[in-house]
Amino acid sequence: MNTTAQVLEKNKSRILEKWMQNQLSEDSLRDDLMSNEELQRQSKEMLDALLRAISKENYDNIYAIEFEQVTDTLRDISITRARQGFSPRETGAYVLSLKKALSEVLIEERANDPSTLYKEIMDINTLLDNLSIVTFETFIKGREEVILRQTDEISEISTPVIRVWDGILALPIIGTLDSARTQIVMENLLQEIVNTGSNIAILDISGVPAVDSLVAQHLIKTVSATRLMGAECIISGIRAEIAQTIVHLGIDLSNIKTKASLASALQLAFSMTNLEVRKNDKNKGFNIMR
Amino acid sequence: MERIPILKMGPFLLVTIQIDLYDRLALTLENDLINMVSQTGARGVLIDISAVSIVDSFMGRILGNIASMSRIMDAETVVVGMQPAVAITLVELGLTLQGVHTALNVEKGMELLNTKLINNWEQDEEEEEDQDDRND
Repeated sequence: MNTTAQVLEKNKSRILEKWMQNQLSEDSLRDDLMSNEELQRQSKEMLDALLRAISKENYDNIYAIEFEQVTDTLRDISITRARQGFSPRETGAYVLSLKKALSEVLIEERANDPSTLYKEIMDINTLLDNLSIVTFETFIKGREEVILRQTDEISEISTPVIRVWDGILALPIIGTLDSARTQIVMENLLQEIVNTGSNIAILDISGVPAVDSLVAQHLIKTVSATRLMGAECIISGIRAEIAQTIVHLGIDLSNIKTKASLASALQLAFSMTNLEVRKNDKNKGFNIMR
Repeated sequence: MERIPILKMGPFLLVTIQIDLYDRLALTLENDLINMVSQTGARGVLIDISAVSIVDSFMGRILGNIASMSRIMDAETVVVGMQPAVAITLVELGLTLQGVHTALNVEKGMELLNTKLINNWEQDEEEEEDQDDRND
């Protein structure tokens, strides 16, 4: 009598055909993200690896050496799918439709031997359930990587240092200030001060939703570091409610220059660098004529 | 034993620290510098630490000490060219170097010392005038 592996090996092309049929008939098929030829190639590779592993008669331990190639291929597929934007259902359907194909073939082959069939189906079920767990683990991991990268990107984007004038930098802070972000803000600002040789930095906190004692402490740290570098720091964009909180919390900002708006901070910066902004009087000629 | 050279430039003393300071060297520098201030009657001290990449609380205290001692001897201290990493470390250590003037580079530090010198001179002048007025 043939073993399960031999039966499956014999019917390999039929299984692949059924599997493909199952996948193609799914509602969740995404031919916009992946071509059918690509899917066929991927599935064939997967099936080859799986059948090779099954020939070792091991259905329980998918961490055994013979399953290495199967799990590797599977991880590859689910990671790529996670990045391409497949939904969890679509990724899961890939492995689960293989289970259906395998079961169908076995039922046809073992029609006259129900007890063997029962055992074989149990084995195949266990195996493919384990494989689908691997798929999900990897899929979620892939998604988490995407999220992590986006978080990094957001914190990078949200701390631009702008050169508003020769020797004057501005740094608008948008969003909550926590320790990690303060560190990035401080490093960016200090590096930019060195790069541009600027004397004055304006920290605009109009985009910070709330200032508590911790945020204030972070701000004071940034100002002190800037001062140590040899530049002056002005904090601007202090809204009425923020001023209230600061005073209620008893935070002392008296040795830090603070301004209500970026415009007044810029004006202070101009006067500190002995610059003057004047209105260009276009009617001068006319006045002289009169 | 290693020593950090102290250069005299007009009414100012110029120190450039080119190596990472260890404790004994920092103490020697403090000692030498203060002696030099008293010998030359310098009105300003400029310390360039742009090549220093490692700093600890001791080093921060020495800088503060130099500034306070010089102040007593009527000389202003300017620390120039501090690296961002060093500034962050000092702030994290809680050393904000109160009483020490800072500048971005040697050029700006010199400018700062010059304006301080002129301001002090004008103040002295005014005081003298006041005294003259009283004497009259």
